[in-house]
Amino acid sequence: MGSSITQQIFQQIVNGLSLGSIYALIALGYTMVYGIIKLINFAHGDIMMVGAYAGWYAITVLHLSFLPALLFAMVACALLGVVIERIAYKPLRNASRIAALITAIGVSLFLEYGGMLLVTAQVRTYPPVFPETMYSFHGVIFKYGDIVMLLTSTILMVLLHITVQYTKMGKAMRAVSFDKDAALLMGINTNNIISFTFAIGSALAAAAGVLMGVYFNTIDPLMGIIPGLKAFVAAVLGGIGIIPGAMVGGLMLGLIESIVSGLGASTWRDAVAFLILILVLIVKPSGLFGKNVREKV
Amino acid sequence: MRNLFNRQNLVALLGIVLLYAVIQGLIVFDIMPPFYKLTLILICIYIILSTSLNLINGITGQFSIGHAGFMAVGAYISAIVTAIHHGPLLLGLLAGAIAAALAGLVVGLPTLRLNGDYLAIATLGFGEIVRIVFLNTEYVGGAAGFTLSSKITWTWAFVLMVLSVILMKNFVSSTHGRACISIRENEIAAESMGVNTTKYKVIAFTMGAFFAGLAGGIYANYMYIIQPMTFSFLKSFDILVMVVLGGLGSMTGGIVGAIVMTLASALLASVPEWRLVITAVLLIAMMLFRPTGILGTKEFSLSFLGKKGDKNATSKN
Repeated sequence: MGSSITQQIFQQIVNGLSLGSIYALIALGYTMVYGIIKLINFAHGDIMMVGAYAGWYAITVLHLSFLPALLFAMVACALLGVVIERIAYKPLRNASRIAALITAIGVSLFLEYGGMLLVTAQVRTYPPVFPETMYSFHGVIFKYGDIVMLLTSTILMVLLHITVQYTKMGKAMRAVSFDKDAALLMGINTNNIISFTFAIGSALAAAAGVLMGVYFNTIDPLMGIIPGLKAFVAAVLGGIGIIPGAMVGGLMLGLIESIVSGLGASTWRDAVAFLILILVLIVKPSGLFGKNVREKV
Repeated sequence: MRNLFNRQNLVALLGIVLLYAVIQGLIVFDIMPPFYKLTLILICIYIILSTSLNLINGITGQFSIGHAGFMAVGAYISAIVTAIHHGPLLLGLLAGAIAAALAGLVVGLPTLRLNGDYLAIATLGFGEIVRIVFLNTEYVGGAAGFTLSSKITWTWAFVLMVLSVILMKNFVSSTHGRACISIRENEIAAESMGVNTTKYKVIAFTMGAFFAGLAGGIYANYMYIIQPMTFSFLKSFDILVMVVLGGLGSMTGGIVGAIVMTLASALLASVPEWRLVITAVLLIAMMLFRPTGILGTKEFSLSFLGKKGDKNATSKN
């Protein structure tokens, strides 16, 4: 009896980490964009949806295998992210924050319902990419998909970390996020850096979209809304604008959700996520990893 | 008080009565098709919603995107009073509005300390929580929804809409309204001038929630059925679009926005798949080319009819 409860707990941890790694990948894009231009990119969840469709197209129509399809989706979404930034967000860089936020909402609606026009509202099934193999370890079941998902997202996060910390581009990104004007004076082309940030964030979202399609088997044009909101919760939980915060926040949110589901309250899962959001905002708005910044007059 | 019956107010009153009478006549004599009547009542509901959101977002300068949550509270509470307990309609509407105001107070007190984006996200979270709570409450029908009889007539909707708008308009032109505007313009400066910013933010938020609840009650008692999905955050965005389109901070702008958007969605009803795409493009184009909305913070007023001293002070700040 005791061992079956521990098994249950470990099973929920495995499920939670798989789900959490998707949230983390989406949250990274949110947090990077927020860190660099202080914009909540509401369209980010919908970019994930586009990524899922791009992956679906690559697998079913172009008959690619998993990795090339993943890369295809990532490149497609990176381009999409840059185009969106150039058309919709760049002209508003000096406008009020509310104007930018409303534009982001507009882009999000456009992707959702424009996507619906393009691919119809019909739910599509992802082809099985992985074998249905399951590995059992002391009674805890690992699906093949779980392992691939954790592995893919870990690799992507490590790559991101290396890019941000050790490359010239990453250094420039950090400089722009620290002080845009000073970075401009130091000869950094801030426009390019911002586009680069959107490209990376959108590519990560696309990867999350493909993984999500593979994991849940179905995709539809509105699939990005709820994961997008939850990834945002994850980003706030870890401290928005902070890259490691988004990773930890995503994994934590995934764990909390699967524990709530495991307790038999899965219909309340979303409410719990938003409750956490409000509590974090009230108690420590800067998030787990954030520092308090004094307001200057 | 001394010029309550000035020319300006009398003309406005005359206009309102005339508008009501013409449409009531068309309905009574069965000239108006039912679809037009539905659109007119929806316009009334959305005017209340957009002006009440304008009170929070436009006048006080906060950023709430959870307005559908308050609407849901008002809708469900009033539905419980009128349909389950067979209470009178007015009592149901009032109960819904008061419940929404209480929800606004409870949400507003802690979250209004947050600024800008964080407040937006907190209100969004609140709206979703409300929806999920109703979704999981079998007493009010859960996901399938709650059916009730339609008691709202054009008269009810129009009178309640006019009363709400007058109340909110007077609030904005009062001392308290000025305090709210000063918070929008510069919160730190307002605070150092002795304005209790938290108090006024909570007042504006609670008032906005009250009227959103009222609108929700009207909606529930007109539509035969209410479902949790109706009050998803898409609805909050719809209301936000109206406010932004009309002009954040302009009460009359909110009304214009509500009328334009409701008419637009009625016109596009035959091509529903295009409706939201067009809304989205409109929203982006508006933000890129005229971010202040149709009216900006200006008010449309009849002050050109009045004598000097009647100049509308709220439009200039």
